[in-house]
Amino acid sequence: MSWHVVAKVGEIEPGTSKVVTVRGRELGVFNVKGDYYALANKCPHEGASLCKGRIIGLAESDEPGHYRLTRQGELLRCPWHGWEFDIRTGQSWCDPVRTKVKAYHVKVETGEEVEKLGDKSKGPYIAETFSVSVKDNYILVDV
Amino acid sequence: MTDVLDYPATEQANKPVKPGIVDCDIHPSSSSFEEFKPFLSKRWWDHLNTYGMFVRQGFKEMLAFPRMQAEVSRLDAWPPSGGPPGSDLDFMRQQHLDPNGVEVGVLIPLRLNSGSQRNIDFGQALVGAVNDWQLEKFCRPEKRLRASIQIAPEDTPGSVAEIERRADDPHFVQILLPPRNGDPIGRERFWPIYEAAVAAKRPIALHVGGVAGHPVSGGTGWPSFYLEEHHSQVQTMQSVIISMVVEGVFERFPALKMVVIEAGFAWLPALAWRLDAQFERMRSEVPHLKRKPSEYIRDHIWFTTQPIEEPDRPDDLTRAMEWVGYDRLMFSTDYPHWDFDDPAHAIQVKLSDENRRKIFSGNAKKLFNLGQA
Ligand code: FES
Repeated sequence: MSWHVVAKVGEIEPGTSKVVTVRGRELGVFNVKGDYYALANKCPHEGASLCKGRIIGLAESDEPGHYRLTRQGELLRCPWHGWEFDIRTGQSWCDPVRTKVKAYHVKVETGEEVEKLGDKSKGPYIAETFSVSVKDNYILVDV
Repeated sequence: MTDVLDYPATEQANKPVKPGIVDCDIHPSSSSFEEFKPFLSKRWWDHLNTYGMFVRQGFKEMLAFPRMQAEVSRLDAWPPSGGPPGSDLDFMRQQHLDPNGVEVGVLIPLRLNSGSQRNIDFGQALVGAVNDWQLEKFCRPEKRLRASIQIAPEDTPGSVAEIERRADDPHFVQILLPPRNGDPIGRERFWPIYEAAVAAKRPIALHVGGVAGHPVSGGTGWPSFYLEEHHSQVQTMQSVIISMVVEGVFERFPALKMVVIEAGFAWLPALAWRLDAQFERMRSEVPHLKRKPSEYIRDHIWFTTQPIEEPDRPDDLTRAMEWVGYDRLMFSTDYPHWDFDDPAHAIQVKLSDENRRKIFSGNAKKLFNLGQA
């Protein structure tokens, strides 16, 4: 692994991403509210280019007719089958157990929240993540 | 025909085709109705513009159950040229045919509501236009692509005429019927269509979708969610199979072959078990059936794979495949729609080389008698 410059600070606006190729691998570098994260540009489900997906929030509901949209800009929705990934960790999260209320939607949470709630289980997919750092106005990725 | 669109015969049309997969479900699209104008008489073009099409639902431009993504499509499938996904042949080549190694792709046109028209002459005109359009826009410029003979079964004689008109053209590999019609599709009034299909040596094919005009949930009222509506497509296909079998279509037309597209297949064993069990009890009601329902099903029906079932235990899928038969499954992607199956990733169960070859190309080549166009 080594660090590679992939962009200049300011080049990637908050809420957007840039696709870069580093050592033959396509990555998406995301700006989530000022912090940078990198994911492999390949959905672990069937391989879609993740960066062509929408950056979204989390839709939650405790009962029909009541919805909350939270964590705007922190999740990435695959352009094909719509699995949702936490941009920070690459993890998809779902709750397949409590089928009565929640069977109609896939829940996406951060790792901390999942541990806190204790009633979710990890989704089957994890998008590959890479370390990102910022040095002298340049964004670097460790690949 | 008043004028002819000039679809360029690009270089690709002459390139040799590499061996690869057969994709049994690709959706071609159009940028506007203007694309069909060259294939409609003035009378029907004027009709389309003056009166529009009959739709069996409240909305003209959208479906009653909004799809997960616009145009039911992959977010990355919108061509840079500006039309909807599936409307730009060059982009389809770049994004799908080339990288996914498609040797043959079978077009399933869902544009125009031909099969829903109550004005059946208009329905016939639309069907003819869609069929010409597939040829001119896609199949002639791109020899990897094959067409489906779209028909509007509400007009049985018109459908027979359309099948006969296309029968000598090897670009057309199957006859496409909508699964949701005014009557269950096995009823005798549709039989001339099956007779024509056998004569034309083409399988009939039913792709999920369409709007019946009444609730899809088996008479219990309208569902609330797209998820429910999406799954009702499978229920529709089960009704189609039951109707074809129980009405005796396969008994009457032993050479008829049928393709079920985009409805999955893992549910088939349970359906067949139930039908067989009831048949034993009620066979005096249907004395025209000489064999068990499961025998007709296994002999006459092929299934495309997408969207393939994804059980937690992959072995469950293997067992379903074994029951359905490795010689009855044909790979499909559904490009450019959102639930696209990628040929490299979609089928996650172990397959022998032989079965893989059958599913990814061999079965379709045999069924469609490919390699002539
Ligand atoms: S390829 Fe990403 S969800 Fe299926």
